Amino acid sequence: MTADKQAEYVLQTVAKRGIRFIRLWFTDVQGFLKSVAISPAELETALTEGMTFDGSSIDGYARVHEADMIAKPDPTTFQILPWREPDGVARIFCDIHHTDGTPFAGDPRNVLRRNLREANELGYSFYVAPELEFFYFADSGPEPKVLDHGGYFDLTPLDTAQEYRRTTIEHLEKLGIPVEQSHHEVAPSQHEITLRYDDAMAMADNVMSYRLTVKEVALAHGIYATFMPKPLEDHDGSGFHTHMSLFEGDQNAFYSADAENGLTPTAEAFIAGLVHHAPAMTAITNQWVNSYKRLVAGFEAPIYAFWARNNQSALVRVPTIKAGKASSTRVEYRSPDAATNPYLTFSVLLAAGLDGIRNGRTLPDELGKNVFEMSASERTQLGIRRLPETLSHALDELEQSELMNQALGDHVFDWFLRNKRKEWDAYQHHVSRFELERYLPIL
Amino acid sequence: MNGLALFPHSPSAELASALRSAALEPILLTTDDLDKTDEAANWSLVIIELGDEPLRRLRNARRLQDDTGVPIILAVQKDQIALIMDEGMNLADFIVLPAEPLELRARVRRLAATLTTEEILRYRDLELNTATYQAMIADRPADLTYMEYELLRFFVENPSRVWSREQLLSKVWGYEYYGGARTVDVHVRRLRSKIGEQRAAWITTVRSVGYRFG
Repeated sequence: MTADKQAEYVLQTVAKRGIRFIRLWFTDVQGFLKSVAISPAELETALTEGMTFDGSSIDGYARVHEADMIAKPDPTTFQILPWREPDGVARIFCDIHHTDGTPFAGDPRNVLRRNLREANELGYSFYVAPELEFFYFADSGPEPKVLDHGGYFDLTPLDTAQEYRRTTIEHLEKLGIPVEQSHHEVAPSQHEITLRYDDAMAMADNVMSYRLTVKEVALAHGIYATFMPKPLEDHDGSGFHTHMSLFEGDQNAFYSADAENGLTPTAEAFIAGLVHHAPAMTAITNQWVNSYKRLVAGFEAPIYAFWARNNQSALVRVPTIKAGKASSTRVEYRSPDAATNPYLTFSVLLAAGLDGIRNGRTLPDELGKNVFEMSASERTQLGIRRLPETLSHALDELEQSELMNQALGDHVFDWFLRNKRKEWDAYQHHVSRFELERYLPIL
Repeated sequence: MNGLALFPHSPSAELASALRSAALEPILLTTDDLDKTDEAANWSLVIIELGDEPLRRLRNARRLQDDTGVPIILAVQKDQIALIMDEGMNLADFIVLPAEPLELRARVRRLAATLTTEEILRYRDLELNTATYQAMIADRPADLTYMEYELLRFFVENPSRVWSREQLLSKVWGYEYYGGARTVDVHVRRLRSKIGEQRAAWITTVRSVGYRFG
C-alpha cells in the first residue's frame, strides 16, 4: 500500500462518481469542524502538495505573522457525503502543515498522532468506542424546546425522533462508521448513539463526522440537534463516555484470565494513571463553562475520581464482559462531555493511562458503595478527590500538569489556557437568572 | 471496462448519455486512429455508431474487423437495422438507439466477460473492476475507501478459505503498517456495514482464527 495508490484511488473515484466538490476537513483546537471546498481539478495538486490557507483565521492556529498553513488531505479518509449524494459532495480529512512541510503543533490531529506514536513505541495500539449523547430541540433559540417527554429506552409514540435517529444511523453506516446501538436517553428529547470501537485516530475523525451527520439530519427535518453538555437544568447532560483498550498485536493488553478482577497489571496501571491525572485532564475532557453544570451530584455524571467495576457514579468503570469475550475487556472513562474535542480528549486519556503504565502506578481500592452518601472526611481518608467544580479550577489543575503540557504540546497547551481563561472571565461578568431570582427580592 | 473504444469520437447525445449513465468510459477514436492497427491491441471491444453516415461507418467497421479482428458492437437507429442485416459481417452485437443504459452495460459486460476476465472480479452481485478500482453492488456503485476495496478484492480473489488477521495484514496492508491486527476487524466491520446487511454474511468470522469469504 503506497500513498500514491491511495491518492490514485481517490482521483479515480472522484472522476467515476461525478464528484463536483471535495470538502477538505480539519478541526480547530476547540473541536470545531472547519471546511474548505475545492473542485476535482484542484484535488490532484491538493493530494500531492496540499492546499495553502490562511491559518490566522482559525481558532488556536497560527498568529498573523505565520499565517500561511497547508492542509494536506489524508486519502484514507475520502468519503462521499451521503446526505449530499445527489450533488456529488465528498469529504477528506486533512493534516495541517507549515509551509516548509513540518507538521503543525496546533493541529489536534497531529497532537493525537504524536500520542499514538508514544503508545506504539511501547508496543500498543489504542482503541476507543464512545457513547455520544445529544438533544433534539425545536430550534437553536435560547429557550430549549424539547420534542417529547420520553424516558430511557422509550419507544413510540413517545419517541417521535426515532425516524431522525434511524436516518442518522443509515448515513453513518454509509460513511463507514458502524453503529453499536442507539436509544432514547433518560432526559426528554435526549438520544444516544454508540459507535463500534475503532483505532483512536479513525474514531476521532468519526466523531467529527458523527456530530455533523446528527446536525445535518436534524436540519433536514427542520429541528435542531445540540451537543451542549447541559442544556436542561433538571435533566442529565450529554456525555461522551469513552471506552478504551490497548492491544499488543492480537492480544487485549487489559485482559487477564488469571486475575480475580479480570485485569492485567497493565490495565491496573492504566486505570491508576487515569484516576491520578483526572483533575488535570478535566479542562480538556470538559472544556466549556457549561460542562461543569453537568458534573454535579444528582445526575448520572461522575464528580469523584475513583474506579469501580460496577458503580454508575464511578469516574472510571470496568464494564462486565460477556463470557468468552476476552478481547472486549475495556476501561470506560465517564466524565467527558459531548462537546469535547475528540482528538485532544483521546490524547490526554491515552497519555494519562500510559503514564500509569510507565511509572507502574498502583491501582487505588475499588469503590463499590455510593460515594455521595459518604462524608467529606470519609472521602478524604480514602484519598478520593473531587473533579474540578468549575472551568476556572480545571484550568488551574491543567496548568500545574507537566504531563498534560507534554501530551498537548506547548502550542495547544498555552493557547488553550489563554483562550479558556478569557471564556471564564466573560462568564464571570454575567449576572445570571439564578442571582436575580434569589438575591434581588431579599437583598 | 478497460479497452472499450468508441468510434466516431463524438457520438450522438443519446449514445453519450447512455454511456455515461452506464458508467462506461470508452477510449475515443478518430478516423486516423482506426488506421493505427498497432494500437488496436489496446482495444478489446469497439462500439461504432452508424449515425448520419451509416454506409461510411459500416465500411470503417468492416475494415477494422478485417485488420484487427476486434469484436464490434454497432449502435444503430431503428431504421438502420435493415442496413446491417445483410452486411455479411461477423458482428459481436448491436444495440438500437436510444438505448437503456442498463442494456448497454449488460451487452458490453457480457462481451467483456469473455474477453478480459482478469480485470473484472465477480462474486454474486458484486463486481470489482481492478483497472479502475470501481466496486459495483447490484449494478450500483459502492463507496469504499481504498483499504476497504483492497480487502474486498483480496477476499474475492481468495474465497472459501480462512485467513488469519496476521495473514490479511501482511497480504493486504503490507508489512509497514503499524496499526495492529485489530485493524483487520475494524475494516471487516466497515466493509460489512457498507455492502449491506444481506451481504454482510459473505464474510464469516471464524472464532479465534480469522475470516473467510464466500
